[in-house]
Amino acid sequence: MAKAIELVNVTKEFATPDGGTHTAIRDLSLTVESGEFCAVVGPTGCGKSTTLTLVSGLERPTTGEARTFGEPVRGINTSTGFVFQQDAVFPWKTVLDNVAAGPLFRGAGRADATGQARDWLRRVGLAGFENRYPHQLSGGMRKRVALAQTLINEPKILLMDEPFSALDVQTRAIMSTELLTLWDQTKPAVVFVTHDLEEAIALADKVVVITAGPGTVKAEFRVDLPRPRVVQEIRFDPAFVSLYEQIWEALRAEVAEAYARTTSLAGVSA
Amino acid sequence: MNEHTGTDVIAAAAEVPPSRFPAGSPRTRSRSRYRLVMALARIGLVVVFVVGWQVGVNTKVIDKFFWGSPSEVWQTLHDWIFVGTSQGSLGRQILVTMEEAVLGFVIGVTLGVVLGIALGRIRVLADLLSPFIKVANSIPRIVLGALFTVAFGFGMQSKVILAVVLVFFGVFFNAFQGTREVDRNLLSNAQLLGASPWRVTREVVLPSAFTWILASLHVSFGFALIGAIVGELLGANEGLGLLIRSSQNNFDMNGVIAGMVLIALIALVAEWLITLLERRLLRWRPPSAVDAARL
Ligand SMILES: Nc1ncnc2c1ncn2[C@@H]1O[C@H](COP(=O)(O)OP(=O)(O)OP(=O)(O)O)[C@@H](O)[C@H]1O
Ligand SMILES: [Mg+2]
Repeated sequence: MAKAIELVNVTKEFATPDGGTHTAIRDLSLTVESGEFCAVVGPTGCGKSTTLTLVSGLERPTTGEARTFGEPVRGINTSTGFVFQQDAVFPWKTVLDNVAAGPLFRGAGRADATGQARDWLRRVGLAGFENRYPHQLSGGMRKRVALAQTLINEPKILLMDEPFSALDVQTRAIMSTELLTLWDQTKPAVVFVTHDLEEAIALADKVVVITAGPGTVKAEFRVDLPRPRVVQEIRFDPAFVSLYEQIWEALRAEVAEAYARTTSLAGVSA
Repeated sequence: MNEHTGTDVIAAAAEVPPSRFPAGSPRTRSRSRYRLVMALARIGLVVVFVVGWQVGVNTKVIDKFFWGSPSEVWQTLHDWIFVGTSQGSLGRQILVTMEEAVLGFVIGVTLGVVLGIALGRIRVLADLLSPFIKVANSIPRIVLGALFTVAFGFGMQSKVILAVVLVFFGVFFNAFQGTREVDRNLLSNAQLLGASPWRVTREVVLPSAFTWILASLHVSFGFALIGAIVGELLGANEGLGLLIRSSQNNFDMNGVIAGMVLIALIALVAEWLITLLERRLLRWRPPSAVDAARL
């Protein structure tokens, strides 16, 4: 059976304002099986978000190829769900209409779509907020609307770009456990970008470490902790601790590298 | 002579780009009290102005042949309302002018929004048509007014067309810019959620651009009114513009000013209606932003 996601030696260059090119990712290869939960960690600016845009078809690789379920990605890939790093809920739609948007766009009837939307709002803990507008919600609540909005389409591939970064530690733990439950129901292939290594290990089957930009895969680690997992408790597991140390070892060098680069650049321009 | 004044008004008005980010209104802790004080102060200003004018006329500091007098303006209005004007009932004149302005406004706004969004969304169309639009926009509108009066006659048509031309460009440029400025994340999100290009336009581009479009509507109704009135000044059988024109021809400044007062009242009511519409359509925005968008 074809892999859910295959990135084969992809490179992505962007034009810079001064007329040059900036290489965001270089020669990056990554596969995710269907039903696999893959976490991606790496220093800031290494090309994690860019990688997700290639899978979703929002951007095309400069060289190399992106494939989903064996098919090359051409144009917007509506079989993927994308939870964006920045706020992307529609400010002029109520919470209910935001969540119902996906099914409506895909041709569902009004009653059916709102029924599903209510169900999903309950699952993300926003029952009772149906008629609010996004500006009347907290940042964490908006993130949950975005989550429900994406999950309601039951995508076979789920791309999540730091979905929990706006949440406090407690809500984040609860949402992580909740995400695992939801994931278990429909088993999409997941690419989950995060800066939080603990979160990555607690959720994923596989953690991928990306190098400082231009990003490429530095190392992959299998996480063989038993499921179902309780995110709040798993970090005390000895297997978790030893994995954490290994992955951190790989990640630390890249973070230090990226940091040194930004500070030396600041030094040059100063 | 008077036509020249009209030209300058239009040229000056048309060159002012509709304000996109109107300044925020002052916020105070006791807002309702502040509003009351403000309303009283405004009435006070009007009273001071009118009384000052009347006193000036009575003491012969102001020549009432050129500047009219409040009591006679009032008398003229009174006569127009209860006796009728030289061209028929006052209601009829107002109705004609309103009809021209509203028709011109609706047609101009519709064309502006549709074309602005179409050109904003479809790159090829924008590249193809933008030089023509720039050229058309640089033509002084009053020249067109003279043209329309000759081509379409003294009836309603020439006024409506002039109003459309005046309204169109402001709305068009705002709709175009608003379409270009739509958050790319929202576009991506809608597309990934499964929206067709048409639904993206309807459910993302249009509401997002509406903030810009509504800002231009306030100015645009004023333009529509100017179009109707100037069209009537240039040649008409009825309407407020003609009423002003014939008063001027009779050296009746009180008639000219009474006409201006009526136009101002119409503009005020229209402004109020547009603000209501704006409130309704921008319900989704935080209240402070809606308040700030109101001038
Ligand atoms: N549209 C674009 N045009 C030009 N450069 C871009 C564009 N998008 C991203 N980049 C550059 O590509 C690099 C990678 O960006 P990306 O957003 O993928 O990083 P990231 O790993 O997601 O970072 P973070 O963890 O901070 O979100 C950055 O150096 C960024 O400046
Ligand atoms: Mg990112």
